[in-house]
Amino acid sequence: MATDVHGEEAGGLVFHPLDQFEVKSLFSDGPVNFISITNSTLWMAIAVLCVVLLFVMGTRKRAIIPTRTQSIAELFYGFIYKMVEDVTGHDGVKYFPYIFTVFLFIFFANFLGLLPLSYTPTAQIAVTAVLGFGVFIAVTIIGFVKNGASFLGLFWMSDAPLVLRPVIAIIEVISYFVRPVSHSIRLAGNLTAGHAMIKVFAGFAAIAAVAPVSVVAIAAVYGLEVLVAGIQAYVFTILTCIYLKDALHPAH
Amino acid sequence: MEGNIAQLGQFIGAGLGAIGSGLAAIGVGNVAANYLGGALRNPSAAASQTATLFIGLAFAEALGIFSFLVALLLMFAV
Repeated sequence: MATDVHGEEAGGLVFHPLDQFEVKSLFSDGPVNFISITNSTLWMAIAVLCVVLLFVMGTRKRAIIPTRTQSIAELFYGFIYKMVEDVTGHDGVKYFPYIFTVFLFIFFANFLGLLPLSYTPTAQIAVTAVLGFGVFIAVTIIGFVKNGASFLGLFWMSDAPLVLRPVIAIIEVISYFVRPVSHSIRLAGNLTAGHAMIKVFAGFAAIAAVAPVSVVAIAAVYGLEVLVAGIQAYVFTILTCIYLKDALHPAH
Repeated sequence: MEGNIAQLGQFIGAGLGAIGSGLAAIGVGNVAANYLGGALRNPSAAASQTATLFIGLAFAEALGIFSFLVALLLMFAV
C-alpha cells in the first residue's frame, strides 16, 4: 500500500491492528448475512475437519503399539478424561464427550488461528459467547434436573453465620450469572489481545530504526501466543468441569 | 493540533484502562509466585494443585482482559 507512509509519520499505524478480526463474506461482495460463508465459518470448518481427521486416523488401526497419530489422539483423550474425572467425580464422566468436543474445537481453532493469514474464530466474542452460554444453560438445566430445588443450596451457604447468609446469597447469585460472561470474554479477550499485539509490533517493523527489535519481539510474542492458545483451551475446559461439578454436587 | 475534547477523553480513558491490564499482571505474578513457594516447600503436593494454579491464573488474568477490552472499546468502538 502506501510505502512512503511510515507508522509514526502517518500519526498511527499503517494498518489497523484489529483489521484481522473482520468477518468477510468469501464468495459474495454483499454484507454478511445468516447464510453467507465467511472466513470465520471457513476456519471453524477447518478446525472441525482437523479434529475429525486426527481421531479418524488415530483410531483406524487401534494397534497395541500405537502409531504417532494414535499416540496423539490417546494423549488428548487421556488428558481430558482424567481432568473430567478428577474435577467432577465419577458421575460427571457421563458428560465427558461434550467437554472433550468443546476442548478439541477451541484447541484447534486457537492453533489454526496462529497460522499466518488465517483467521481465529475464537477471537470473536460472538463465537465464544455461544460456547460459554451453551455451557451455562446446560449446567443450570443439569443442576435443576439432578437436584431439583436443592440446587438453590448452591447460593445458600449453610456453614456461614445466619446474619451473613442473605448477603452471601446475593453475591453468589450475581457471581453465578456473571460466569458465562467472564467464561466467554476470557477466551476471546486473550486471543484478541495476543493477535492484536503481534500486529502492533508488525506495524513498528515499518520503521527502520526499531525494525530488528520489533522482529525479535514478534517472535517472542508468537511463542507466548502458542502457550496462550493451549492454556486458554485448557482453562475453558476446566472451568466447564468446575461449573458442572457445582451442578452435580451443589451442597456446600 | 486538531481533534476534539471527546477524542481526548477517549485516549485518556484507554490509557487508564491499560493501567488495569498492568495491575492484573501483578495479580498473575502473585498467583504463580505463591504456587512456586508452596511447591518448593512441599513438592509432593505440587502436582495435584496445577489445575488450581491455572484456574487462579485464569481468574486473575480475566480481570486484566476486561480492562483491556474497555480500552479497546474506548479506542475503536465509541
